[in-house]
Amino acid sequence: MTTEAVFDPGTAAGRATDAILRDTLHGTARGVVVDSPPGAGKSTLVVRAALELADAGRSLMVVAQTNAQVDDLVLRLAEKNPGLPVGRLHSSDTDPYDKALESLANVKKSAKAAELAGLPVVISTAAKWAHVKVDEPWRHAIVDEAYQMRSDGLLAVAGLFERALFVGDPGQLDPFAIVGSEQWAGLSYDPSASAVTTLLAHNPELPQHRLPVSWRLPASAAPLVSDAFYPYTPFRSGTDHGDRRLSFAVPSDGSGPDRVIDEAAESGWGLLELPARHTPRTDPEAVRAVATVVRRLLDRGGAATSERSPDPSPLTADRVAVGTAHRDQAAAVRAALAELGVTDVTVDTANRLQGMEFDVTVILHPLSGRPDATAFHLETGRLCVLASRHRHACVVVCRAGVGDLLDDYPSTEPVQLGTLVKFPDGWEANHAVLAHLGEHRVPWKP
Amino acid sequence: MSLIATLARLEAVTTGRAQPAATVRHRRLSDRPLVFVPLTTAGEAGAPLGALVGTDRDAPRLLVVPQPRDRDLRFAFLAELADVVLPYIDSYADVVEAAERGETDPGTGRRVKVEVELCADAPQLIVPSRAGVDFVRLLGRSMRFRRTAEQDPETPYPAPPRVPLLGRWLTHFGERARVPGSSLLLALTEVLGRHWATGQSGLEDQHLGALLAWIAPPDGATGAEAALRAELARDADGQLWCPPAGPATDPAFDNKLLAPAIERYNGARTALAAAEDGLEADDRLGALTTAEREIHELVRSRTLPTWQRVWEGLDLLRALPEGAHVEERWTRDRWSFTGHRDRVVAGEPPQPRRDDAVTAANKLATREREQARLDAQEALDDPLVMAGRRLAGEAFTGEVVDVVMTYSEGKRPSPRPLVTVRTDDRPYLGERAKVFRSLGGKPQAAEFAGRDGTEDEGLLVLRIVDRMGRGKEPERGSVPEKGDLLCFTLFEHEQRGGAKLPDPEETPWTHGGPPGERTPEAPDSLTQEDVL
Repeated sequence: MTTEAVFDPGTAAGRATDAILRDTLHGTARGVVVDSPPGAGKSTLVVRAALELADAGRSLMVVAQTNAQVDDLVLRLAEKNPGLPVGRLHSSDTDPYDKALESLANVKKSAKAAELAGLPVVISTAAKWAHVKVDEPWRHAIVDEAYQMRSDGLLAVAGLFERALFVGDPGQLDPFAIVGSEQWAGLSYDPSASAVTTLLAHNPELPQHRLPVSWRLPASAAPLVSDAFYPYTPFRSGTDHGDRRLSFAVPSDGSGPDRVIDEAAESGWGLLELPARHTPRTDPEAVRAVATVVRRLLDRGGAATSERSPDPSPLTADRVAVGTAHRDQAAAVRAALAELGVTDVTVDTANRLQGMEFDVTVILHPLSGRPDATAFHLETGRLCVLASRHRHACVVVCRAGVGDLLDDYPSTEPVQLGTLVKFPDGWEANHAVLAHLGEHRVPWKP
Repeated sequence: MSLIATLARLEAVTTGRAQPAATVRHRRLSDRPLVFVPLTTAGEAGAPLGALVGTDRDAPRLLVVPQPRDRDLRFAFLAELADVVLPYIDSYADVVEAAERGETDPGTGRRVKVEVELCADAPQLIVPSRAGVDFVRLLGRSMRFRRTAEQDPETPYPAPPRVPLLGRWLTHFGERARVPGSSLLLALTEVLGRHWATGQSGLEDQHLGALLAWIAPPDGATGAEAALRAELARDADGQLWCPPAGPATDPAFDNKLLAPAIERYNGARTALAAAEDGLEADDRLGALTTAEREIHELVRSRTLPTWQRVWEGLDLLRALPEGAHVEERWTRDRWSFTGHRDRVVAGEPPQPRRDDAVTAANKLATREREQARLDAQEALDDPLVMAGRRLAGEAFTGEVVDVVMTYSEGKRPSPRPLVTVRTDDRPYLGERAKVFRSLGGKPQAAEFAGRDGTEDEGLLVLRIVDRMGRGKEPERGSVPEKGDLLCFTLFEHEQRGGAKLPDPEETPWTHGGPPGERTPEAPDSLTQEDVL
């Protein structure tokens, strides 16, 4: 594919999708695995596959990881085919699903799988499916975000279906366990590994596909994210340089935040660098810097032009997000934003931002101000999630000295026999991103 | 590390003494624990050098392997260890009480209560450090697949009769120690580290001597000075004044004292074997005995200080009152102990080398549940631990300043009182976040309904949603009243049981399918290294 003279993203993506659907609908393998880089149309693929499987008369169960993902899929299915009866299996907690589902006539909601029997499509979370007992398995399943599902989660639901399509992004955060699981490291069915790892260890012959085009990431971001986080499975941006533009009505006032915003608008990336210092996690200066950047982004009358429409759309609060590594950092940023009178901007941790998309993101670098680099902060997926949520530009706020910190703390995780070593490691990915950001550095000046 | 732990460590540095990290004891301490201070041979994984073991702090039993690479001597050591440990375990196995357990009736598939035995108490093994727990596990692994002459008359190196059984028990203890909050096998440094924050790093806390130096420094010295001395001070012969708690030994001890002693022992043994008549043999036997006694004394000299420190550490812990939920967790330890006792009695084979997919997933799920339960219970049992959670934004305390009665909509309105709490804490409350308080030992849930005023005023409005009885009016005492001081947590107090996993014989294709008929595991095969 790389040798083609002219790369047409639409054609390449279409070809990949066709191959996936062919294997899913007409193949003989019990499973099909699809790797999808950030914003490559994973949800679109899941919805399309679901509709085609339903059309073909195969009873289908869909397994997603969170209730928000489940509701999102139900809404997308209803949008594409309002006539299709869909079952939403939910928990017996209060408010178990999105209120928006209430208005959908063909979506049946129940906490009991038996009440949804016979519907062409039934959707729920892996945790809820684990409690379901059936005599007759579903003919087909779609497992969404399969790389974020733990192997033991798959073990609990795999008896419910005959065949399955597994879709996910291998570059995002790996699932984790809150207790040590070293004792099973190296076993093919290590319960703390990802569902796909176990699946492929036992079924290496399953067809594996890859979506080759990111429609979300702009041309300025796709090469960096691809090189840093997907070195062996590169992908392209669906748009070209110049297809997207970010402009501001109010000119820069010369301050650090404004200059970094302009740098990011111009090049897609901006690094707002604070002086080196060891700080607590909720570094007040860095938090204030993040909040100020957001405030200025909204104040300067931003307009985003993209391939979606000929007219620029205003950069409103709901198109901006702040990403952090820890929940207390997110809470501190929220408080700082509230002080500046900013509401409706999504502020969350990498874990919760997975799967979301915005025009501009402002991220607090996971290693900013830290005296050490732990495995948590070095995790490739964390940085990958944070650096791949934007359609236009990403501003990184960070203390100086992270490069030295990385050099002081090379990865020292014990090597476990029999496990697949994941490439790239966080150390290398962090260096790659940092080197690139260094070209877009703006020192902090209030 | 949590913020409160960091602060406590900073305070420990300033004051020169470890600071309490808990106000109650969060682990069970048996009245009669079996303390085990093992030493291993440098460069020979799984070759014990010796141990002090026993339940009486004044009369430890010294076990020594004078030539750690000699298989027969190692077996003799393990047999002696079994003679100490197994009677201790057995003394708990026979005292039982009646209990009920939920089981699935194979005929109807229903859950039914079955009357079973539950051991009234359980044995408890205490080792000095985390490395000691690993060593227990290693010993268990090295023994449980051995065959005795009775089990297999053909085996070239039969193990003494009770050694494989000891291996199974040590394996059980080692496996149980991986369950958060369990107390069957405790590493003293871990337990002390849970209850005190020192002014040194977590890694340094693994040195029992240094840890105790921080918690109870000798008169006139700060914790830092005493800890440094414990780690580094050596006597005139270059030997550590405070030998490491093991199982690894200090290289200076290995090189200067142990190696020459073993060399003399080897020489004496060779000489004895070469003796040509009885008289000569008698002399040489005397020399061998002397050489052996010398090694005994060396091992005793390195283990006895640790032995004493372990008991001092236990004294420190015993001074703390036991946390309210410790008994409940200990009951699960008793179930675990009873379960293994039953498996041994039923003649089941030793624990397999590797868990199958379903067993591994079940264990992981249990441990995650226990970890969450432990975190919640420790906070509920201990205001100091709760303070840490409050500081982390995961809980808050406050005074009830207003209660307004409201009712849910619907056919049968239920009480949904709105309680306004004034707090100085800064919990990370999301919209409609659930919070819980303890009401007569049971969690009562409330929903965060918003703030009254600005964040700085700290007025939180909570809507109580359960545990108020079935009627339209809430039961007495189930709704907070004005002036009440309450503590709410953002985490749940009790853990839901997870989903039931398939039986191993129904392991799905994604996980390799059923493991097949379980065959008894073969004994470990012999390698060159096994034979001296």
